[in-house]
Amino acid sequence: MTRFIIRRLLSSIPVLIGVLLLVFVLVRIIPGDPCTATYGEKATPALCSAFEVRYGLDKPLPEQFVIYAGALVQGDLGSSIRFGRPVAEMLVERLPVTVELTIVSLIFAATFGILLGVVSATRRNSPVDVGTMVVANLGVSTPVFVLGLVLAFIFAVLLKNTPLALPPSGRLSAGVSVIPLATAWGLQDLKGISRVLLDFFSNMYVFNTLITGQWAALGDALRHLILPAVAVGTIPLAIIARMTRSSLLEVLGLDFVRTARAKGLKERSVVVRHGMRNALLPVVTVIGLSLGAFLSGAILTETIFNLTGMGKTLFEAISGRDYIVIQGITIVVAIAYLVVNLIVDVSYAFLDPRIRLD
Amino acid sequence: MSTALNQLPEALAAETATKGAGSSLRKDTIRNILRQRSAVVGLTILTILFLTAIFAPLIATHDPITSLRDLGESNIQRGDPPCIHALGCPLDKPEHLFGIDAVIRDEFSRVVYGSRISLQIGFLTVGFAIIIGSFIGAVAGFFGGWLDNVLMRLMDVVLSFPSLVLAIAIVTVLGPGLINAQLAIGIVSIPIYARVMRASVLSVREADFVTASRALGESSSGILSRRILPNALTPLIVQGTLGIGGAILEVAALSFVGLGAQPPAAEWGSMIALDRSLFFSAPHLILFPGLAITFTVLGFNLLGDGLRDALDPRLNR
Repeated sequence: MTRFIIRRLLSSIPVLIGVLLLVFVLVRIIPGDPCTATYGEKATPALCSAFEVRYGLDKPLPEQFVIYAGALVQGDLGSSIRFGRPVAEMLVERLPVTVELTIVSLIFAATFGILLGVVSATRRNSPVDVGTMVVANLGVSTPVFVLGLVLAFIFAVLLKNTPLALPPSGRLSAGVSVIPLATAWGLQDLKGISRVLLDFFSNMYVFNTLITGQWAALGDALRHLILPAVAVGTIPLAIIARMTRSSLLEVLGLDFVRTARAKGLKERSVVVRHGMRNALLPVVTVIGLSLGAFLSGAILTETIFNLTGMGKTLFEAISGRDYIVIQGITIVVAIAYLVVNLIVDVSYAFLDPRIRLD
Repeated sequence: MSTALNQLPEALAAETATKGAGSSLRKDTIRNILRQRSAVVGLTILTILFLTAIFAPLIATHDPITSLRDLGESNIQRGDPPCIHALGCPLDKPEHLFGIDAVIRDEFSRVVYGSRISLQIGFLTVGFAIIIGSFIGAVAGFFGGWLDNVLMRLMDVVLSFPSLVLAIAIVTVLGPGLINAQLAIGIVSIPIYARVMRASVLSVREADFVTASRALGESSSGILSRRILPNALTPLIVQGTLGIGGAILEVAALSFVGLGAQPPAAEWGSMIALDRSLFFSAPHLILFPGLAITFTVLGFNLLGDGLRDALDPRLNR
């Protein structure tokens, strides 16, 4: 197992270098010089030479790459051109919003996806099965931004003034606030990486309010998360439901399931203990593979529900031609994606001995 | 053992084809496809879509780009809901099946013309990705060694980005626009086809009919194009059909964030972006182009699923 993890870790190093190189090259082949592209009409020769020195653009390309990679290792992603703030600082503030949205939608998609898949497989060709698969097919085909807007319309406009009404934007209602973890635990003087991490988790409102027992704020934060999480989670939910159904159907047709039935086990026990345990492996892989869909979905959904996370930041950076921010977000998302895929691979090997022995 | 079994149908198919029984094989394939309910539903949706795209000028009631005010209509406002006289809309108001958009144009005509852009997006994007991807995959699989390693690691790098994020980065570099958005989505889809092609090449590279061709002195390019490629086409077609739906969704997403089709183009994603501000008062402006995207993507997905079930020899037996 350790050898498998080490081998998998080593094999992701060239890919990581490739990712950095690709983003590095992409930002440098922007038509026109980066200074004019960045400042537009405001670019003066003096401003541009200062810009070149600041970003090391006056040095040869290989040296530029080393400087850029070195800065990255130290957590320096450059500064936003529009806001003048370090990109890393913006991300510590905004990334938690995206991470929280992704986690909540993942829980939603996995729970309901597996449940629907099991119901479909055990009642094959029943109206429930056909209905589930029709909804799953529609779910996979609907753009996340359309679903988000339609949900917002249904729950914030049509159901307004009913108990089912849900807020269509923001993270908290007016008047509700969340006490930062640093304040709640009296750690205001904390500095360095621990402080960054503390602030990061503090900005995940659901996590923060849950562990500090701010129940009213927790309820409010969750209510604000429902619509975006459903929008983000629906496509992966449909994929998970389809995969669970086909995987479980395959397993339920195997000999050991017939044996389990023959020895008189209850159907429930056959499906859950013998069927699901073996059918789950491909489902776990598909959940891992859907991570790209979750992240892309989160990016598109945040702009609709006015959540200031990575997606909204990226959206603003695109319209403001803020290349440094786009570069920073692309790198961070790619690295996060790489790490999560690594975790999925390792956990898959943990679940299925055949993989690590391969 | 299992590899040898998997090769069997392909080798048999190649043998039968050379014996001149190709047309009955084709009939069998078509019959197999039509037996799949999802393929039939998918084909029906896509036929309607193709007919809409071809006859758009006949179906559309107005020009999709010109403002209705410039066309001489009055008594209309931006974001007006659908008005159908037969359903009780006052006769003094002009008829507009899907209502009026934020810049006072006929929404129905724009949705109809949008089918042309969406189909073009789907086929061009996936076509580009298939051509480049299958070339890379074929070269990597056929020649193997360091070339295989370098090419596939390069594909791994592209795959290690969530596709939309990399596409956004590429379009930012190339500049916003429909062609660049298609190019970006095409580029990020290349690894999928490269992998499919490489796997097919690897599975038939050592097959007897390939060895026979080699023994007869056929060149590498001849073996690749005449012996290996025809055997790799099925998985490419299935993957490509499923990929068209994905490409349409992703280009629509790029248009929605302002990086794809630019106004006044009647592209469904950019129509939704443009009319978003009116959404709470005029939800039909999101609903109609949204449904159009959903049904188009659904059509390609269902056809792709059906093709996969019909063409996979393991599922037939």
